[in-house]
Amino acid sequence: MLELLQHSFMQNAFAAAILASIACGIIGVYVVVKKIVFISGGIAHASFGGIGLGYYLGINPMYGLLPFSLLSALALGTVSKKSKIPEDSAIGILWSFGMALGIILVRLTPGYAPNLMTYLFGNILTVPRFDIYMMLGLDLIILGTVYLFYKEFLALCFDEEFTTVQGLPSQKLYLLLLCIIALTIVVMIKVVGIILVIALLTIPAALSRKFTYNLKKMMFLSSLFGGLVSVSGIVFSYLFDLPSGATIILVLCLLYGLVGFGKELLERKGVSFGF
Amino acid sequence: MPEKKVLEMREVWVRYGSQIILEAVNLDLEKPEGLLGIIGPNGGGKTTFLKVLLGLLKPYRGKVKLFGKSPEKSRELVGYVPQYKRFDYDFPISVWEVVLTGRISHAGFLKRYREEDKLAAKKALETVEMLNFKERQIGQLSGGQRQRVLIARALASSPKLLLLDEPDSGLDPHMQEELYHLLGRLKKDMAILMVTHDLSAVSIHVDKIACLNRKLHYHNSKELPIEDLEATYQCPVELIAHGIPHRVLKQHKD
Repeated sequence: MLELLQHSFMQNAFAAAILASIACGIIGVYVVVKKIVFISGGIAHASFGGIGLGYYLGINPMYGLLPFSLLSALALGTVSKKSKIPEDSAIGILWSFGMALGIILVRLTPGYAPNLMTYLFGNILTVPRFDIYMMLGLDLIILGTVYLFYKEFLALCFDEEFTTVQGLPSQKLYLLLLCIIALTIVVMIKVVGIILVIALLTIPAALSRKFTYNLKKMMFLSSLFGGLVSVSGIVFSYLFDLPSGATIILVLCLLYGLVGFGKELLERKGVSFGF
Repeated sequence: MPEKKVLEMREVWVRYGSQIILEAVNLDLEKPEGLLGIIGPNGGGKTTFLKVLLGLLKPYRGKVKLFGKSPEKSRELVGYVPQYKRFDYDFPISVWEVVLTGRISHAGFLKRYREEDKLAAKKALETVEMLNFKERQIGQLSGGQRQRVLIARALASSPKLLLLDEPDSGLDPHMQEELYHLLGRLKKDMAILMVTHDLSAVSIHVDKIACLNRKLHYHNSKELPIEDLEATYQCPVELIAHGIPHRVLKQHKD
């Protein structure tokens, strides 16, 4: 086991897994309690346009991804609330628009697009050192924002209308929350890829909800679950030569199923959880 | 300086698309005390009416003033109790945290809640007799208790006007009676306006009644002409007046 850690690519992989788990553990809780899983999926997929743009311009695709994901968040947040068409239709349209744009841009780029699959499905074993620093910076921004806006985000998620009536700019707060979700998605893309981002954003948070009714404790627990599962997922994927992102998600789903089933069973016998 | 009117609505019209929801609504509340009950059928514009007062909806014609200012600018004087059934009661939030959100604009942006905010929240919970439940997650309360917590949240900001959206729906008669009793105490310190589709709400605690079904029928009294009720509900009044515990409606004239 320990010799695994001697490879520098493995060190990077573990660092990336842990940084991603912190971000998605905390932000995933907001996504789950405010029931904005679908819009988060929309941001993730629309962001693919940014990766395509990065390839097309010949820059690091992460540079294309970052502004594009923020733009997608703002566009989705505004259109879904303001437009006359139903929210889920608006999300569906922007979701596929970003994806299609990305595919066209990649196709228009001369030559072969290396690592394209990395962005779609993630490959944590190839995360470069630079990306780790970028993830660390984004994690700090995410943590700082949640620290500053904790009481506002809690009020917004529980009762958006009341927050407006209290005189707070709830629409702007909502857009800020979506932007933070976009940053979280950027942090996670190298770990599990665009297609599987939603799993890492929802499963650890949904799992933590089974144990506590306190938002802060939920954030802590869901980061912990995410971290443990991604690290063990990496080890499995290394040992059995499986794709890392998919392995992490499968372990997560398995754990969710087991915990859900086990808890149900124990509660029927009168054992109660929660702390 | 003469005291500002609590509420002044002049010829307020609201429409959604081509459909008119509120038609030429006029209403005055002079003093910050007393309980006004607004009854009307479902779809009669009751929630829209409240949204106009909260500044969430702009009428396309007419004037709305609360305490002499626009609804957006008078929000700190208004407490709002939404329909408690529309919440996700699995939400990870405690009674205490819910009531504190009623102080969110007082505490200030990006700041933690101060001692005086906590004191106000505590007082509000005492008023509705729910302080013992402050650590409970809101899902672990009965319907009547949830309703009280939402009232406490509105009271935390010491409003002069309290707006309630169908506070009595889904409560059993005993809990309804407790709720009216609470409102009866509160109405000495603030004006209370509650909308409801339930006529049994027209109990002894209500001071004045209005009927709302697109148009607002209001005669600045507790007595409700049968013609108004029939115009509002468009059905014989005997049907809807059946079973009112405290009879406040006029007897039929023969």
